[in-house]
Amino acid sequence: MMYTRMDPEIAKTQEERRRMEQELASLSSVTFDRDLYGGTDRAGLVDSIPANDEEEPDVHDNEVARRLASYTAPKSIFKDMPRGGDESEEVNGTQKSSRIIDREDDYRRRRLNRVISPERHDPFAAGEKTPDPSVRTYGDVMRETALEKEKEETLRAIAKKKREEEEAGKGKESVKEPAAASAAPAKRRNRWDQSQDDEGAAKKAKTASDWDLPDATPGIGRWDATPTPGRVGDATPSLSRRNRWDETPTPGRVVDSDATPAAGATPGATPLGVAWDATPKGLVTPTPKRQRSRWDETPATMGSATPVAGVTPVAGSYTPGVTPLGGSDLATPTPSNIALRGPMTPEQYNLLRWEKDIEERNRPLTDEELDAMFPQEGYKILEPPASYVPIRTPARKLLATPTPMGTPLYAIPEENRGQQFDVPKEMGGGLPFMKPEDYQYFGVLLNEEEEEELSPDEQKERKIMKLLLKVKNGTPPQRKTALRQLTDKAREFGAGPLFNRILPLLMQPTLEDQERHLLVKVIDRVLYKLDELVRPYVHKILVVIEPLLIDEDYYARVEGREIISNLSKAAGLATMIAAMRPDIDNIDEYVRNTTARAFSVVASALGIPALLPFLKAVCQSKKSWQARHTGIKIVQQIAILIGCAVLPHLKSLVEIIEHGLNDENQKVRTITALSLAALAEAAAPYGIESFDSVLKPLWKGIRSHRGKVLAAFLKAIGFIIPLMDAMYASYYTKEVMFILIREFQSPDEEMKKIVLKVVKQCVSTEGVEADYIRSDILPEFFKNFWVRRMALDRRNYKQLVETTVEMANKVGVKDIVGRVVEDLKDESEPYRRMVMETIEKVVANLGASDIDARLEELLIDGILYAFQEQTSDDANVMLNGFGAVVNALGQRVKPYLPQICGTIKWRLNNKSAKVRQQAADLISRIAVVMKQCHEEQLMGHLGVVLYEYLGEEYPEVLGSILGALKAIVNVIGMTKMTPPIKDLLPRLTPILKNRHEKVQENCIDLVGRIADRGAEFVPAREWMRICFELLEMLKAHKKGIRRATVNTFGYIAKAIGPQDVLATLLNNLKVQERQNRVCTTVAIAIVAETCSPFTVLPALMNEYRVPELNVQNGVLKSLSFLFEYIGEMGKDYIYAVTPLLEDALMDRDLVHRQTAASAVKHMALGVAGLGCEDALVHLLNYVWPNIFETSPHVINAVMEAIEGMRVALGAAVVLNYCLQGLFHPARKVREVYWKIYNSLYIGAQDALVAAYPTLEDEGKNTSTGD
Amino acid sequence: MQASDRFNINSQLEHLQAKYVGTGHADLNRFEWAMNIQRDSYASYVGHYPLLAYFAIAENESIGRERYNFMQT
Repeated sequence: MMYTRMDPEIAKTQEERRRMEQELASLSSVTFDRDLYGGTDRAGLVDSIPANDEEEPDVHDNEVARRLASYTAPKSIFKDMPRGGDESEEVNGTQKSSRIIDREDDYRRRRLNRVISPERHDPFAAGEKTPDPSVRTYGDVMRETALEKEKEETLRAIAKKKREEEEAGKGKESVKEPAAASAAPAKRRNRWDQSQDDEGAAKKAKTASDWDLPDATPGIGRWDATPTPGRVGDATPSLSRRNRWDETPTPGRVVDSDATPAAGATPGATPLGVAWDATPKGLVTPTPKRQRSRWDETPATMGSATPVAGVTPVAGSYTPGVTPLGGSDLATPTPSNIALRGPMTPEQYNLLRWEKDIEERNRPLTDEELDAMFPQEGYKILEPPASYVPIRTPARKLLATPTPMGTPLYAIPEENRGQQFDVPKEMGGGLPFMKPEDYQYFGVLLNEEEEEELSPDEQKERKIMKLLLKVKNGTPPQRKTALRQLTDKAREFGAGPLFNRILPLLMQPTLEDQERHLLVKVIDRVLYKLDELVRPYVHKILVVIEPLLIDEDYYARVEGREIISNLSKAAGLATMIAAMRPDIDNIDEYVRNTTARAFSVVASALGIPALLPFLKAVCQSKKSWQARHTGIKIVQQIAILIGCAVLPHLKSLVEIIEHGLNDENQKVRTITALSLAALAEAAAPYGIESFDSVLKPLWKGIRSHRGKVLAAFLKAIGFIIPLMDAMYASYYTKEVMFILIREFQSPDEEMKKIVLKVVKQCVSTEGVEADYIRSDILPEFFKNFWVRRMALDRRNYKQLVETTVEMANKVGVKDIVGRVVEDLKDESEPYRRMVMETIEKVVANLGASDIDARLEELLIDGILYAFQEQTSDDANVMLNGFGAVVNALGQRVKPYLPQICGTIKWRLNNKSAKVRQQAADLISRIAVVMKQCHEEQLMGHLGVVLYEYLGEEYPEVLGSILGALKAIVNVIGMTKMTPPIKDLLPRLTPILKNRHEKVQENCIDLVGRIADRGAEFVPAREWMRICFELLEMLKAHKKGIRRATVNTFGYIAKAIGPQDVLATLLNNLKVQERQNRVCTTVAIAIVAETCSPFTVLPALMNEYRVPELNVQNGVLKSLSFLFEYIGEMGKDYIYAVTPLLEDALMDRDLVHRQTAASAVKHMALGVAGLGCEDALVHLLNYVWPNIFETSPHVINAVMEAIEGMRVALGAAVVLNYCLQGLFHPARKVREVYWKIYNSLYIGAQDALVAAYPTLEDEGKNTSTGD
Repeated sequence: MQASDRFNINSQLEHLQAKYVGTGHADLNRFEWAMNIQRDSYASYVGHYPLLAYFAIAENESIGRERYNFMQT
């Protein structure tokens, strides 16, 4: 009888204890207050967003995710560019550069080859009017592109023919020429990096190699990718300077440059080239070929494209872009001014001056001088012989040109006081510091001309430049205001001036991530304001923004997408298509690629249906395969971008591209298959019916194709098979498998990856049986793929592990592990690691029940071998593998434990810190299993060993040792722990001083654990000492540490009573650091929660009497947290604290009122429905006058307090407070009241109905409805 | 709106509020507000069946007709 009565009670107690233990068990993972900290399980969160399917996430990123307890910032951040770093460090070059260009590959750098095109005609704005002939229309652009292509073809043919001829003709010349030609691209790169004047650059002529490698070469042309000499003239010129090429009569110039193709690069690249064109060609025409070659050599002494100058690496050595102007005024006629505007180094400048000086001394004597020197009689002037050709280097010729300012001998260079050379000039008007490379864009701002003298347009331009400079280089507040001004005045400035300033900046080669981000932000804001006014500039903007779509930085890609999406919404579909259509069959692959991506963004912004007709037309283009290729690529990009949202349009998208599978061009076939793969991937697991029409060509394709095309086809099939029903999937898998098995042997890396992927997809589909895999696939698969070579390439490695794990899911652990277990003793370490990772994943997925005794032995043996033999394990593969296998085997591992512990002990004593750390980590992983195996004695022994190693000097290792101790304490409990807790804890107290995060975190966890479970083993004095140490920990950077510390305060307070702890904490409220105070207030609140509020409140409220701002605010904040934590327990304390809150809500200090308001909010929410309305109304009366506060934090707190009151008192009460001001004569008052009314309305609309006032009918405006 | 709270949370709050029909603003006049109140009231009557039944009894109409009437006004 007694027994039965006791039973439920015991059960209840036990249940309760278990529950408590479970709660406390979370100590180790530092998630204490789910209410406070949101109770999110961080392990479940994705710590990075996959960008798109093309990029494999970095192995290192995964590592961080797997280890979870990473004690520093994620590696991905370290890898990232330092943003906004110290400028002083950047200059001396020790730091990694944050410039975008430095991390770009050659392909991405091709963005710099594109040229910002001039505005285009906007048919919408123009209406019926015929476009002005000077404006470029869609037709013009299309014609240009066509012409361009044709020219390209012709030139390629010419160049080819010429080359052939030359090769056949002169052996010697041809040896020299290709060398020059091949050197040209490299040189051009430099030139691009250096020369910042893109006008000047555009002017630079092109090399013959442009024609040799048309696809790979950047065109520097004005409007199109590939430039050809003299081409610019075809198009309507937009900038007047541009014409000068054409104005200068240069007979046979094209022929000239054709004849010396390699040489063409140099003179063209030199700014002086312009001047040569300006001089009559007649002089030179008769000169033989050799003469011309000297032309090419000479400028090396002075041109800016000279290798010496060209590679000057330090940007800081640039003089402002305007510098050379003074010099050039001296020497050269006007045309070169523009060209010389480009950057010129001081060396170049000096060289030029020196040369000019020499020229002056050695200049030929004129006739007059000769007349003066010689007697009049006795001499006769002879005619020069017909064959005489004056020796003239271009430089001499150039510099000999009589100039008004030419002075004999040394010339003191004209000083322009408006400019500075090296020292960055103090900018007037609060403008920020200007970097050397900014001078060419913002140099004008340095000229101290009177603003009033400028025309309104120029003034506007100035204004824009100033604002942009502030955005680009300014301090955050400057930037903020400038950005706002730009946005507000966008329409006033106009689209043209704005974009003409912003876009060239974005093309600046030295741009940094941060700057680009800011400029892109400007564009975004401005776009929003300008709306349809952007139409003529759409292409311009695209040229600049498209490269962002293929940037390696995820955020840059997102930004790019956002801009293009906004752009298409502002400009409309028709304009977007008109702007991008010409680029679709551009000859440059880069342009087509980025255009396809941009189009996909347009599709996602404006909806796929809108774009379908256009896509259909493009994909069926008869004219060029490039257009078809790009069209199909657009479909692929759409699928990648919008994912499952393609489903409604899947059928039409597939129909649009399906004919591409039989296209005559191989590239088109490949991209079609890839697009189908992307579509199928996006649609998975639905939409198989849409792919019906392509199944047949795909299957036919895999039989007839080889190489790249086959790989693409296989990829498509790999993605389509998982969509099928089980039966079809099985059938098709078998069909495709023999091809896959044949390709197992392919040496092509790309093919290997695709084959592995397809095998994985096939194997994971439902209809494929284990037996089939076991008999047909496994033998070949292991023979071909499980080889050492596969472990060397990271991507192969990953793919192979994934595929094998997928197979194991089908065929079971034994088959797979049995096949690879021997390889754990392979001599190649990367291979062993791959085996280990596979085993880890397989065992973690499927458990170890499948493993028999023999395999178990082999496995443990192999793992121990691999673990001991490892030389480096940065990714923790071995550690994880060991842990996973031991945990999976559970009790079966008992016989091996002594051996394992022996290894661990030996390794704990190792010289290498890494090894010791790993050993300690391993203990924390297998502690649970050791407990399962009842090896408590062994664990006690390990505990003592670890205790002895607490003197470890490497913080990483010490952290791991503490973690291992924690794991042991967790499983064997406080009482059985050896060393005993009373010895262990005093040893931990000094370690709390350690500043290393990992040590801190593990130590505080361990201490908190002991405080929670075994506080009685330690004297109270020791706990107090720890309390003082803990105060320091509140300063920790890592939130987890602060959180654990605060909780530990709670446990200690519980153990030794709150008084002493509270005194410590309240004292800490006086410190200066805000973070420290905040954490203290949290700790106080937690102490109050754990030890009941009544033990804490009196002391806390007493502390409010201290006439010190920080302390009082701390008290209020503690109250706020306290009422948040105790919830409805607050009803017992609300009357006690009301007088204090009254006082605080009437205080002059804003922060008092703010914090008190948030305390009121928590209080109100806690006691809702518990009958404390009287106190709450009283408090509301004190809160209400604060509704007119303007400071954002205060007003937020007040509004939230009112919301809290709405919950606690009901909407009707608050509505009655509201009604007095809804129609107040003062707008300011009305606005605030309506804001409150609105949030009331949204929060409790229905409840308001009962409390609405009765509005008297005023006779007018009577509603006729009822 | 002031410059300071153009970009802070309050602006978002107002944006949110503006999305709901029935919320008001400083320039709302008495008539418009009264109209909102009436609409809300009728919606509430229709939404709460007991209220609807109560009105039906008071006006001696069928509940369906009452609901229809409320929806029409």
